[in-house]
Amino acid sequence: MSTVVEVESPIGVVEAPKKKSKSLWSDAWARLKKNKASVVSFYFISFICLVAIFADYIAPYSFEEQYLDRVLQPPSWQHWLGTDSLGRDLFSRIIYGARMSMAVGIFTSVISLFIGAFFGAIAGWVGGKVDSVIMRFVDILYAIPTLVLMILVKVIFDSLNLFENPELKALTSILLALSIVGWVTLARVVRGQVLQVREMAYVEAARAMGARSTWIVMKHVFPNILGPIIVLLTLQIPMNILFESFLSFIGLGLQPPFSSWGVLASEGWRSLRYFPHLIVSPGIILFLVMLAFNLFGDGLRDAFDPKMRGKS
Amino acid sequence: MNRTKTIYYIVLAVSILATMFMNFMAFQVPTALWALDGLLVVGGFVGYIYSQNLGVYVIKRFGEAILVLFVIATLTFLLLRVLPGGPFDQEKALPPEVKANIEAKYKLNEPLYMQYYYYVSGLAQGDLGESYKYLGRPVTEIVMETLPTSLQLGFYALVVAFIIGIPAGVFAAARHNTWMDNTTMIFAISGVSLPSFLVAAVFVLLFSFGLDLLPAAQWRGPEYYLMPVVILGIRPAAYIARLTRSSVLEVIGSDYIRTAKSKGLSERTVLFKHVLKNSLIPVLTFSGPLVAGVLSGSFIIEQIFAVPGMGKHLIQSVTNRDYPLIMAMTLLFSAMLVVANLIVDLLYSFFDPRIRLS
Repeated sequence: MSTVVEVESPIGVVEAPKKKSKSLWSDAWARLKKNKASVVSFYFISFICLVAIFADYIAPYSFEEQYLDRVLQPPSWQHWLGTDSLGRDLFSRIIYGARMSMAVGIFTSVISLFIGAFFGAIAGWVGGKVDSVIMRFVDILYAIPTLVLMILVKVIFDSLNLFENPELKALTSILLALSIVGWVTLARVVRGQVLQVREMAYVEAARAMGARSTWIVMKHVFPNILGPIIVLLTLQIPMNILFESFLSFIGLGLQPPFSSWGVLASEGWRSLRYFPHLIVSPGIILFLVMLAFNLFGDGLRDAFDPKMRGKS
Repeated sequence: MNRTKTIYYIVLAVSILATMFMNFMAFQVPTALWALDGLLVVGGFVGYIYSQNLGVYVIKRFGEAILVLFVIATLTFLLLRVLPGGPFDQEKALPPEVKANIEAKYKLNEPLYMQYYYYVSGLAQGDLGESYKYLGRPVTEIVMETLPTSLQLGFYALVVAFIIGIPAGVFAAARHNTWMDNTTMIFAISGVSLPSFLVAAVFVLLFSFGLDLLPAAQWRGPEYYLMPVVILGIRPAAYIARLTRSSVLEVIGSDYIRTAKSKGLSERTVLFKHVLKNSLIPVLTFSGPLVAGVLSGSFIIEQIFAVPGMGKHLIQSVTNRDYPLIMAMTLLFSAMLVVANLIVDLLYSFFDPRIRLS
């Protein structure tokens, strides 16, 4: 924040002080670095992201190639985590699964964040009739349990037949379902934050200076509510990863041969009795990633809100 | 007056515990006991609403709830009917005469507003339409068959969540910043992060295949209930533990607790009489979203353990494109959530007289 030197303002160009101030951000960063669990989680998440991005180079086998002479093998040097019922290498499938699961989780969270921030900010800033219309709509969506709403959205997009390819169809409808459902909570929080910030003295000052609404929202409101929004985002991502795996597990999500951790778990469940490693290994990876995101999100929240330290 | 209240609470507790016990042990619960439960609970609510003059509020909330459900019903109807590709297009192409007959049977050949009229007037009479897949079976019948099971599963999971979560949270807060606190919280955050199919896999491997103690599927008695209920309860229990802990910590830091301590009250009295009462209120408010979470979680559990509940039917209805069933399930799950939220709000004002509902 403190690196901005020139700021366009409604009253002309203003010289910002060049002195390095201790902003909320560097303060939060310093606090976050002290939290070991969060730092480790952050490195772990980054590592998984790198694995997901460079899956093509890391994975020893392809995610769909079948070695029919090596079906359902236990872990060995050749196949680190064994093979599944179609002779596909499980280790490679988990690596490619990371790509799908993480991409779906992050992508849908960011989209729902944009939708939620947009409507939440409008509702909170404009107020009045616009606010009540948006919030009524949010209330209605809120009355439907999340997974039911996701399934409903998925049904709707499935029957639109956007793509011929069934796997691609499944992928787009799950992306849309997760993005469309996720924004509701975010809109509520952003609205609450905006309502708080708009009463602040600095907003009033900007208004008194004759600033336009859009300018105030972009330059004053958003930077000040960014902290809580980032925290929400880090907690939304694991939720969406989990929901994707849930949907895939009950057979309403991604379809094989696409590989995500939920798809793998769903395939593994069928041979639970004799080949438990097929469900346990993707399950454990999913658990670790969820844990890392939750620990990191908690640490981030404590860093932005020191009053909350050591609680919840 | 106070004595009648005490007697009421005792009778209520005994009656509900007896029902829960008999129901969980898969005995036939006598209708008289169900009636007593219903009478006590409804009577208690009515009495409270009457004594606090909340009648107008409750009626208003009920009106809102019905409006919300009506909007949900309309939206699902519109979205699912307007969509291209009906449920009967999917299977092999039907001869046009057959298709026309089927459409006539389900009144799909009439204009949309007439279909909507039939749908809404059916809803008003408690008729949810006829399933496309299970021929000749009204959706209401399917719901009546599966709803009790789902309610059972969800209710016991919530009980497990509160029984584990609240003591764990209080314990952690009372031992704040010790290794016991840290261990409890590590368990709690792990509980939030655990995918239920992993827990289910480990439990089934251990208790069903390994030790041969509990059956791995179906819903026929206490030994069948145990695993699904506990697994469904883990995540909400972990949330409650985290919430309870932070809430207790907040209350412990407040002035009136310092006063109570400086009066020389024992640690135990302060914790149970002053801290607990005040810190459980935020936990209660969380019960609304909690119910939503349990509803969502029950889908997976029902699928994994072959529990014949509504979640399983919803999943199947999606695969079958059984639109009336999808609409009915959406509506019912939403109704459960809306009612749960209303009850939580009422309980909220009951436990915290500072809160005024209007």
